[in-house]
Amino acid sequence: MNTPPPPNSLRQGPDARGRFGGFGGRFVAETLMPLILEVERAYEAARRDPQFLAEWRALLKDYVGRPSPLWFARRLTEHLGGAKVYFKREELNHTGAHKINAVLGQILLARRMGRKRIIAETGAGQHGVATATACALFGLKCVVYMGATDVERQQPNVFRMKLLGAEVRPVAAGAATLKDAMNEALRDWVANVHDTYYCIGTVAGPHPYPAMVRDFQCVIGEETRAQILAAEGRLPDALVCAVGGGSSAMGLFHPFLDDPGVAMYGVEAAGRGLDTGEHAASLNRGRPGVLHGNRTYLLQDADGQIREAHSISAGLDYPGIGPEHAWLHEIGRVKYVAATDEEALEAFQLCSRLEGIIPALESAHGLAQVIKLAPTMPKDGIIVLNLSGRGDKDIFTVAKHLGVAL
Amino acid sequence: MSRIAERFAVLRREGRGALITFVEGYDPDPATSLAILRGLPGAGADLIEIGVPFTDPMADGPSIQRAGLRALKAGATLAGVLALVRDFRAQDPATPVVLMGYFNPILAYGVARFCTDAAASGVDGLIVVDVPPEEADEIEPQARAQGLDLIRLVAPTTDEARLPRVLAATSGFVYYISITGITGTRSATAEHLRGAVARLRRHTDLPLAIGFGIRTPEQAAEAVRIADAAVVGSALVDTLAASLDAAGRARPDTVRQVLDQVRVLAEAVRGAARSGGG
Repeated sequence: MNTPPPPNSLRQGPDARGRFGGFGGRFVAETLMPLILEVERAYEAARRDPQFLAEWRALLKDYVGRPSPLWFARRLTEHLGGAKVYFKREELNHTGAHKINAVLGQILLARRMGRKRIIAETGAGQHGVATATACALFGLKCVVYMGATDVERQQPNVFRMKLLGAEVRPVAAGAATLKDAMNEALRDWVANVHDTYYCIGTVAGPHPYPAMVRDFQCVIGEETRAQILAAEGRLPDALVCAVGGGSSAMGLFHPFLDDPGVAMYGVEAAGRGLDTGEHAASLNRGRPGVLHGNRTYLLQDADGQIREAHSISAGLDYPGIGPEHAWLHEIGRVKYVAATDEEALEAFQLCSRLEGIIPALESAHGLAQVIKLAPTMPKDGIIVLNLSGRGDKDIFTVAKHLGVAL
Repeated sequence: MSRIAERFAVLRREGRGALITFVEGYDPDPATSLAILRGLPGAGADLIEIGVPFTDPMADGPSIQRAGLRALKAGATLAGVLALVRDFRAQDPATPVVLMGYFNPILAYGVARFCTDAAASGVDGLIVVDVPPEEADEIEPQARAQGLDLIRLVAPTTDEARLPRVLAATSGFVYYISITGITGTRSATAEHLRGAVARLRRHTDLPLAIGFGIRTPEQAAEAVRIADAAVVGSALVDTLAASLDAAGRARPDTVRQVLDQVRVLAEAVRGAARSGGG
């Protein structure tokens, strides 16, 4: 995290205003602005503090179980008949997803800032579980905002959070999903600035969150780089990861941005289809706007009202995307494709049967792209998929779609 | 002189503070909304603030969130709200109108085109909640070019180091958020307000308005004893909401109920003896 990138690097952003090209920034009410600036100052100091980083790294190793393995998916590779497919197994992390990487960093930061109360938003519940976990570990009060719709479809994670001592507050506003949970978390923060830290789960929100969450998640790509070099003696040809807000994808992609031979595919949720209006594909079907503190691609109508996203995966059900992704999309460094609910469901089942790994529905979107991509590549090609979360939380949703009563 | 400066100058000569009323444009429908706006000056509103509905009003409490949803359901758009101001302005050339809202609808409309159309429609000032001074270049040049005041929010959290920067980016009046919180949820003490206003007075000669927690005539009177204006929003929006039928439609006395409440507030504001300010 401390080595400065070379000149002309794609890894230099954001600028002092928190912009990646024209995206990002700090579009928040004055009530929050002083606090955002305080988080920025605290983070800038923390990331230069070897003790802070050592404490975070120790937690990653001994509590999370990092490094996560890089798994050669032999049977899936044979099935697809093309490039070799590797899984970066973030689903093996404690709490079952990549979210914990950035949560622990942020909770350590909150402690440095003297904050005793942590709030978070969650969609699928993975970030909420990770935050509740870290709060339990450090004895901090934890309040998680979750859309009422998501509370309904992610009951196992809701119960997990409660077991961990967190208070889960269902949000009934709007479509009662991730966007609305984030609105409510921001409102809570405004009202409780004196003692509260807002632990954002993705690479979005006002500066410095997109950069900070990215920095913490870069551990995924850094490990992947070392692991693939050890396994194959070279860098991969392609990286694939699902994108909702985009933290798992950014964590995998960012350390490879300056390697022109590495293609990157961010996979948006196409829901019922990109042309149905029921999807979460903000880059493929949205346009730039301002929401939740940053300028980025958003699903919105002609009048600038935010549209509801749809995805079978609660974690991708968000009408925006991190601002650095918006920038990488505009400069063409990362290709943003999409996978439908159906494609994700098929990938979910295929992975379970061929690899003995039940992936999160989020990760299954990435896998759907791998299924399309691998057969088009030579057998000595290499793809790394970020298997960002495990699918235990999704079995009820999947069963319902398959017509199975549990 | 802008309508806002003119109005505050007149009130200063009269030795009293201003009542600023907030209602959401198009709530619960455009005709009722226009009828309320047209009735406000007569009921005693000195300045009028109109909320521009947005799907994701992150600084607003439940009352104004629901008002925004009712308005959007009634077909509210930024263009529609500007039309509302034009209709209001046709009958009232003097009462200042301030639009309060979020940046994305303005971006979608086009910032320069919006500022031009807003000024032409009779809008005097803008409060764009999610554009802090750090992002001011997004809209300030366009607003200035059209003679629109950019009214900034100052919060209890705005510290000494930051205050000059915020105030330098402000014109028209300063909107002091009396609580750390969202609209309509709690109220500040008079002691807190006195301290905050004294602090602001050291930095600016602009009129000071207090808002985000004023619900009663007593609180409004208290606010104008301390500062130059009291903003009442959620309390009016609540009265409007309570007057609707089960389907969320206006009833015959919806307009009257809101305006009656404005009358009571105005009476309290006008009867308040000024102690501070000036």
